[in-house]
Amino acid sequence: MATPSHADATDAADAVASPVRPPDAATRRQATLTRNGRTIGMVWQRELIRLRRTPTRIVTGLAQPIIFLFILGAGLGSLIQQGPGGLDYQEFLFPGILSMSIITSALFSAVSIVWDREFGFMREMLVAPVSRTSIVLGKALGGGTVAVVQGLILVVAAPIVGVDLTVGRLLLLIVSLLLLAFAMTAFGIVLATRIERMESFQMVMTLVLQPMIFLSGAVFPLQNLPTWLAVITHLNPATYAVDLVRRSVLPDVPGVEIAGWVVPMWAEAALVLSIGTGLLALAVRLFNRTD
Amino acid sequence: MMAAMPPAPDGPRPDPASTPVRAPAVEVEHLVKRFGGFTAVDDVSFEVAPGELFGFLGPNGAGKTTTISMLCTLLSATAGQARVDGYDITTQRDEVRASIGLVFQDLTLDDYLTAEENLRFHAVMYGVPRSQVADRMMPLLDMVGLTERKAQQVRFFSGGMKRRLEIARGLIHAPRVLFLDEPTIGLDPQTRAHIWDYVDELRCRESTTMFLTTHYMDEAERCDRIAIIDQGRIVAIDTPDALKAAVGADTVTFATADDALAARQLHDAFGAEVVGQNGGLVVRVPDGEEFVPRAFGVLTVGVQSVSVRRPSLDDVFIKYTGRAIRDAEAGAGDQFKMNPMVRGFRRG
Repeated sequence: MATPSHADATDAADAVASPVRPPDAATRRQATLTRNGRTIGMVWQRELIRLRRTPTRIVTGLAQPIIFLFILGAGLGSLIQQGPGGLDYQEFLFPGILSMSIITSALFSAVSIVWDREFGFMREMLVAPVSRTSIVLGKALGGGTVAVVQGLILVVAAPIVGVDLTVGRLLLLIVSLLLLAFAMTAFGIVLATRIERMESFQMVMTLVLQPMIFLSGAVFPLQNLPTWLAVITHLNPATYAVDLVRRSVLPDVPGVEIAGWVVPMWAEAALVLSIGTGLLALAVRLFNRTD
Repeated sequence: MMAAMPPAPDGPRPDPASTPVRAPAVEVEHLVKRFGGFTAVDDVSFEVAPGELFGFLGPNGAGKTTTISMLCTLLSATAGQARVDGYDITTQRDEVRASIGLVFQDLTLDDYLTAEENLRFHAVMYGVPRSQVADRMMPLLDMVGLTERKAQQVRFFSGGMKRRLEIARGLIHAPRVLFLDEPTIGLDPQTRAHIWDYVDELRCRESTTMFLTTHYMDEAERCDRIAIIDQGRIVAIDTPDALKAAVGADTVTFATADDALAARQLHDAFGAEVVGQNGGLVVRVPDGEEFVPRAFGVLTVGVQSVSVRRPSLDDVFIKYTGRAIRDAEAGAGDQFKMNPMVRGFRRG
């Protein structure tokens, strides 16, 4: 796991920032920029520190995907002789489980916003002379990083289930996971700004998280589905993110088709990125409105 | 309802010729806050001079916290305006925020960060240059006696240690105005005394303006000036001495061998109204200390004890709000629910 150092986002303009009134407008603008940049870094770093200090979170975050991968994968794999692209079920399942782990931990990392609000630390941040946008950006980066770190721990299971990873595929996988984590964290923050208590957040997670995962092709192939299920899965944006992750590690997988057209990977990446950006912009707007 | 500004605080003052006149640290004009149909703060105006220790007293729900929340830019005002350190709370929020420090009754530390990390996080958000963070942090940790514990996570701290850390954190960016909302509530007397030592030291050294709310009378006594707010309005504002003087009489209590006779003698000699109370005689006179020797001159019965009590801030508080300061604290749980700062954030 990445060990956060005390290096923040911006180093250079340190000397300018000062709580004492800066002399002119340009200096003040510079100081504001520096302060906000360093705040993004600090909020990001805080998420990593908190992850490191709550090892139970890492264990819990790993347990579920491992159970799915090995027990569900082995159990259902015995029913399914061969999956799409000549893969066995566990191989097929592996990137799906990776995506599931990313989606879950990214959404849950947004819980820290509800948590911070509950325990007062949110006020410490909101009353500071920094823009709320920096707080949201720091949270999104932090949540995304935490999710990817947790996802990458699972990558060690790849050889066990028979997935060969080359360096190129690994890099492609990391990019796909980052995109997915980014979009899901932004989504989680949007939810967190609308939700006041931890209990309601858990309810939303169950109502949103599980359908999203099960309707994304993470655990079963999308070919040969009944029409109603095929329609829903194709409308689910997570489907394209999961497909992107899967095709990054399994080049032989056919890919999602819309009316006979195989959606290219770059289009999937662009879709995930733009949805993530849109959600993040929405998160910033909603967060700025809280007072 | 505005009182005259108090005399300038001690310490070096800038030469008026070389610097522009220093604006009040806090300047409030006709501030109003309504929540729906309920007016929490009703046309409040006052000023706090730079370097002043200003006490803001009132029963729960009187509008103290709502007023502070507006001054700290946590709530927007319905009407009226205010400036903190010369910056407008509505149009210059970031400048206001950079100029103030906050120590609230509800803790806002991150339990999973160490003491040092909490301070560092704060310093970053308030734009303290990286090269200065350690230089500022160490003396503050020293001051609040947490140097040895700086690398420990805050969740292992006692309530008093957390509060001390909050105070250190509120000071790390050298705020011009420090808002202390019940900073010592629920702390043991020793820790309270400690905290006040720091506050005094700070006022001497940095001439930081302090804006305090408290339910402790001894803390209110320390203030240069006090404003009493009730039902959203400021009902009194002056120095503690002036407020007490306005309440009037000292209370002199005698315990004598023959109360009936003593009462008659005091009444005949001074025309004073003498009341029998709790087995003693109570006389209310303008100057108690001067009255006692004269009373001994006319009393022929044996006096077992005598006590003189000056009007206290409690008397002042009762006079203006109908409640004792300590009573006003009752129902702290309700206050948490009603606290607009907490509520405001939860509204989402």
